[in-house]
Amino acid sequence: MSLANHLPTRRELLIGSGALFAWSQMPKLARAEGRDPRLLVIILRGALDGLGAVAPVGDPDWISLRGERALVLDGKTPALPLDAFFALNPAMPNLHRLYNSRQALIVHATATPYRERSHFDGQDVLESGISKPGAIGSGWLNRALVALESGGRVDPRGSRALGVGAVTPLVVRGSAPVMSWVPQKLLSASEDTQNRLLDLYQHTDPKLAAVLQARMRLASLGGPAGMGDPMSEDPTLMPPGIARVRAYFAEAAGTAARYLARPDGPRVGAMGFVGWDTHIAEGAASGQLFNLLGALDGALASIETNMGAAWHETVVAVVTEFGRTARINGTEGTDHGTGTVAFLTGGALKGGRVIADWPGLKPAQLFEDRDLKPTTDLRAVLKGLLLDHLRVEDSVLASTVFPDSADVAPMSGLVGSG
Amino acid sequence: MLALHRFGMGPRPGSIAAIETDVRAALIAELDRPLVLAAAASLPSSAKAYRTVADANAKRAARAKQEAKKQQMAAAPVMAEGQDASQGQNQAQKQGQAQGQSQGQGAEAAEMAAKKAADAVPDPGRPIYLEEAKVRTEAALAAEIGFAERLVWFWSNHFCISANKIQSMSGAYEREAIRPHVLGRFNDLLQAAEGHPAMLFYLDNLGSMGANSIAGINRSRGLNENFAREIMELHTLGVRSGYTQDDVIAFANVLTGWTLIPPGNDPQRGGEFTFNPRLHEPGAQTVLGKLYDQDDVEQGRAVLRDLAAHPATATHVATKLARHFIAETPPPALVEQMAKTFRETDGDLKEVAKTMVSSPEAWSEPPSKLKRPGEWVIGMVRATGITQADPARFTGGQELLGEALWRPPAPKGYPDDEASWIDGVGRRLDIANNFAEREASRADPQDIIETVFASQVSSEVKLAVNRAESRQQALALLFMSADFQRR
Repeated sequence: MSLANHLPTRRELLIGSGALFAWSQMPKLARAEGRDPRLLVIILRGALDGLGAVAPVGDPDWISLRGERALVLDGKTPALPLDAFFALNPAMPNLHRLYNSRQALIVHATATPYRERSHFDGQDVLESGISKPGAIGSGWLNRALVALESGGRVDPRGSRALGVGAVTPLVVRGSAPVMSWVPQKLLSASEDTQNRLLDLYQHTDPKLAAVLQARMRLASLGGPAGMGDPMSEDPTLMPPGIARVRAYFAEAAGTAARYLARPDGPRVGAMGFVGWDTHIAEGAASGQLFNLLGALDGALASIETNMGAAWHETVVAVVTEFGRTARINGTEGTDHGTGTVAFLTGGALKGGRVIADWPGLKPAQLFEDRDLKPTTDLRAVLKGLLLDHLRVEDSVLASTVFPDSADVAPMSGLVGSG
Repeated sequence: MLALHRFGMGPRPGSIAAIETDVRAALIAELDRPLVLAAAASLPSSAKAYRTVADANAKRAARAKQEAKKQQMAAAPVMAEGQDASQGQNQAQKQGQAQGQSQGQGAEAAEMAAKKAADAVPDPGRPIYLEEAKVRTEAALAAEIGFAERLVWFWSNHFCISANKIQSMSGAYEREAIRPHVLGRFNDLLQAAEGHPAMLFYLDNLGSMGANSIAGINRSRGLNENFAREIMELHTLGVRSGYTQDDVIAFANVLTGWTLIPPGNDPQRGGEFTFNPRLHEPGAQTVLGKLYDQDDVEQGRAVLRDLAAHPATATHVATKLARHFIAETPPPALVEQMAKTFRETDGDLKEVAKTMVSSPEAWSEPPSKLKRPGEWVIGMVRATGITQADPARFTGGQELLGEALWRPPAPKGYPDDEASWIDGVGRRLDIANNFAEREASRADPQDIIETVFASQVSSEVKLAVNRAESRQQALALLFMSADFQRR
């Protein structure tokens, strides 16, 4: 049988996990202020261990909690000091550099309103922006885009969100249309075939017609430069080693940044990276988590590089569905927890700070005597960014973007040079 | 035609004629036939596959070590006669340190040589995966209707493992734990899946030990909750069905000791399931309000039995089946009918499937579901009458479409909603176009419409195919049509 005359490349294989979805209008109100802001949301699926990423080295209970697995300033791989209390995982020198130049900030002990421990429900809440899990058709970022769109279109081509990959994440689903784009190097159907198929869909299936039309419109804009030749790669399907994961994170994020940097490119995007569910041998200082955070650090660096001049108007928000248990479990990993960290970076930030209302690590201070207690609602952070960076109106944020969140005030002062 | 798309693998030459007298009877008759995989006779068992890969890994490590040693010897300066190897190494190391940079280069070369020696040992995991993929794919291509194969796919996704974590066993797991039970009792399916080494490996149960177990005390290690949680959340009761964090922990304690025989310890039985009492948390446990005081593997078996019989499980399973086959939001009456059958027949999955196809709702729902990539690809290939599968191409295509075989991104398996898949339709066009390019010389689109589909396609599709500029284009349009992608 002869399904396809090529095998997929590793890049293609992995793209499902690192797909970029973006929206290419210019937020009108921000534009009126003479700004041209960019926002990229990165979702870490699987639940990042916030304590393994940003360690509270100044907490007197830290060492007793994690024992020899605790990141410390004088360890074999010393953690990178952030302030008198917190230190960053040593796998993240780029983020540390950005932090020191006030272009990164960290929010600790944060969580969505979700308090159970199912990944899938947790991701639903994180992405939908609705405080209870359940059947929800749209994501908060998409609804924020809808609100911005009502302020008027800036880009006359009409822009829609853009997607690479086959599965659309919830955070960008919704009535602001999502466009799907695939690399056109191989296998592409001729324009004529696409037009005929579009005609057929328009007569029989409007939903399929919308998807195809969106893809064709994006293809006409042309893909980003520097994608390389996928045919030259070894086509085996082995699970990726960490070197490949690093390369993939950097490439996926770098490609996203190249899109966002273009004057006629998208302004708001989202992507996801999987693999953070570290139940066994978590290895914050030298293993799995260290490697993944290193890959993420490389991705952030390649975003900074590829954003070029647009970096100073950029915010990248890295968030996850929930944290992990404060204590190490029976298999040197951590189980599903609650409070965790969010990383924010970009030239538009007022960085160089760790924002945390620190709950403490004594048993009675932990959530249900097991997880870092969340003291900052992640929605406050996201609302703060949408309000001050993109200028989504406060009332819209509290009603449609994050419904029933009127009592969660947008965190002020995250962005801006003032 | 709807029966073949909705419940089967799609029409192939002759299939419409074979079922047209009584569609429901034909579907039910397929469930009554034994579900055998003759071609699987030559495939290794999961334990054997696991041992083969483990042996190869051990061999790689040994070769690398051997080569590293050889390189070190070669790098050592001339040794005095009679000096033994270990002294020579020590001296080489001292000298090497003194030499500074040249030592660094030597170490790098030695490392590369060691890696090369390891890589010379072939990895048997991928060929096993591909052979398994071939047998599974050809079963789907050969099936008359393919209802039973669709059930195998459904349950394999429900109780998914990932080849990214345990490639060697991924195909054998489906043959051993899923396939024999999809037309049997849910409890047997559940026991087989949760007791399978591939599942225990995938959901991190191998090293989970009770805090008060012998191994737990001696090694100061302990519990991993993942397996217990996913069984309740994904495999049986469903999320938010009333179990608590305490239930998860108690059930995780119950399941300590469910592990596999390490291949290094037993060349005959390594990789098989075993209950290791040294890992097992002693004492009774309370799960969902019931006390389980068995002190061995029976404790876990009993909890699983009760989970299988729980009404929440009946509803969860019925909903998922109806959502997969009938509609994204299935008619509540249908779901309840299926759940009722499940409850009243002690979870007889064949009866549940029969209830589904016998209900009027299963036929009155409009074809609104978008086929998942796997079904769609198989359907396209079946329509052209091809029965042989090149597994590398096939799995590659699946991967491109976002539904890599036995590699779901998370224990929840691949999603069953349109929103997850519809944006991949553009990529389907690339696949369809390429397939059409290769097959246009022997597959005639008019012929497929008339004989394979018995002319049961919309006038719009007929028109588009008639007007196409080439056979290739006509085939691509046909396979991309809503008629062919929706069911």
